[in-house]
Amino acid sequence: MNLVAFQTIVVKEITRWTRIWTQTLLPPAITMTLYFVIFGNLIGSRVGEMDGFDYMEYIVPGLIMMSVITNSYGNVVSSFFSSKYQRSIEEMMVSPVSNWVILAGYVGGGVLRGLLTGLVVTVIASFFVDLQIHNFWVVISVVLLTSILFAIGGLINAVFAKKFDDVAIVPTFILTPLTYLGGVFYSISLLPEFWQGVSKLNPIIYMVNAFRYGFLGKSDIQIGIAFGIIFVFIGLLTFFAMYLLNRGIGLRA
Amino acid sequence: MTKALSIKDLCKTYDNGTQALKGISLEVEQGDFFALLGPNGAGKSTAIGIISALVNKSAGKVEVFGHDIDSDLTNAKKQLGLVPQEFNFNMFEGVEQIVVQQAGYYGIPRKEAKKRAQPLLEQLGLWDKRDAQSRELSGGMKRRLMIARGLIHDPKLLILDEPTAGVDIELRRSMWDFMQELNREKKTTIVLTTHYLEEAESLCRNIAIINHGEIAENTSMKSLLAKLDMETFVLDTTGLPAELPQLNGYEVRVRDENTIEVDVHKGAGVNGVFQELSKHDITVLSMRNKANRLEELFVRLVENPHGGQKS
Repeated sequence: MNLVAFQTIVVKEITRWTRIWTQTLLPPAITMTLYFVIFGNLIGSRVGEMDGFDYMEYIVPGLIMMSVITNSYGNVVSSFFSSKYQRSIEEMMVSPVSNWVILAGYVGGGVLRGLLTGLVVTVIASFFVDLQIHNFWVVISVVLLTSILFAIGGLINAVFAKKFDDVAIVPTFILTPLTYLGGVFYSISLLPEFWQGVSKLNPIIYMVNAFRYGFLGKSDIQIGIAFGIIFVFIGLLTFFAMYLLNRGIGLRA
Repeated sequence: MTKALSIKDLCKTYDNGTQALKGISLEVEQGDFFALLGPNGAGKSTAIGIISALVNKSAGKVEVFGHDIDSDLTNAKKQLGLVPQEFNFNMFEGVEQIVVQQAGYYGIPRKEAKKRAQPLLEQLGLWDKRDAQSRELSGGMKRRLMIARGLIHDPKLLILDEPTAGVDIELRRSMWDFMQELNREKKTTIVLTTHYLEEAESLCRNIAIINHGEIAENTSMKSLLAKLDMETFVLDTTGLPAELPQLNGYEVRVRDENTIEVDVHKGAGVNGVFQELSKHDITVLSMRNKANRLEELFVRLVENPHGGQKS
């Protein structure tokens, strides 16, 4: 593996999202602060407890996960599509960088932005709630794997995107609804049995719940199943992304 | 000796059915300065795209310094530097950043890449602009940036796709000097496409002309120019009579009241033209070629691919 090339792509990505930090790092900080104030403090105090925890305490892991998912995905989709649009992707295509390294480099950049945003949101959350960590390793592994999963998803979206609208369609019409319905704000045990079953078709519910388990020790889903589903999705999306890159779909005429 | 570039029966049909290349074959020797010419849409950029892995081929074989792009693409790419026709760098990245990054893709560590970038950017007059975003550069500077980026990994084969398009004369001349020095001193094999036929004539030793996806001509520049059987000269004169006199052995046309065009066949010489004109008290003030020699041949080959020569 060409480690220098991998490092080059990751550094390029970090340089990109730190250069435009007002578009990349600041908005999630502001949005999440509003969530904490409105849903946590104002509405949360009336909601009372959820699964035995203060409402604010209950939603913090989900909100962190939401920002990680959005930013990991958003970074790769916009950066890769922008490279395609400006044709600077050709710099990599003419060079001896393997498709594995291209995928790993972009995913690396997206994961780092996702994790940094998650950290920023966690720090903000600590001003509103006394954060406890039930299982540190579950927290780290779930956030890392979820970030990888959505960064790969972002790359696949970018490969197919032909115009800037195509970059926004998946986050707006698929990712956001799935995240909001993914147990960020509520426990699926509150839903009728039928809707609990439907909710379990949403992969994000597994990630949010596994992450919440890492913080609170409480989950609607078995942790082993959650990890299994995350790994299966990572495997499938990696395979698909490599297939697209190797065939040059959306990249080579 | 292994060829710098070997193309055999290369075909490309795009998804919309356009047949861009219809089985072209050509070879470029190591150390050569090779011109690849053709009208717009002839298939030059498609061929370059296939060689540099930006376009999928439909059939045929391409080798770069003996490395097959199907079975040994990584090594083929290592030998190759590309300066494309269109600007294709990130407009928000800095000049030095673009060049150093490109080195990174070739596995050159950042420290070494920075060491290589400085003399290259200095030579191309971009060192003072190293921290500027590429979108802030002038058109000529952007072209030079693409050359620097294409050379940072020290390729053995450099493909320049219209590198001087839209560049002013002074800069074009300095880029010619740069390319010639690169070919002479570093023995870099260069394949050049250009619309300035004067550029191809003065820089390149061998030439291929592509037309409608086929090779119309592939030979040395010398032997191609030797095929030119007639040149047209434009003469500015005084004393031109109202009715144009016959000049023995020459075909003459009037352009305006003081200017004529004379067709001179190969070997006939131009002295006779002056003698004939003197007989009719016509003074020649100045004389020039109507078109660049290669341009004349190019037009003939492209307009009449099977005949080549105009009788």
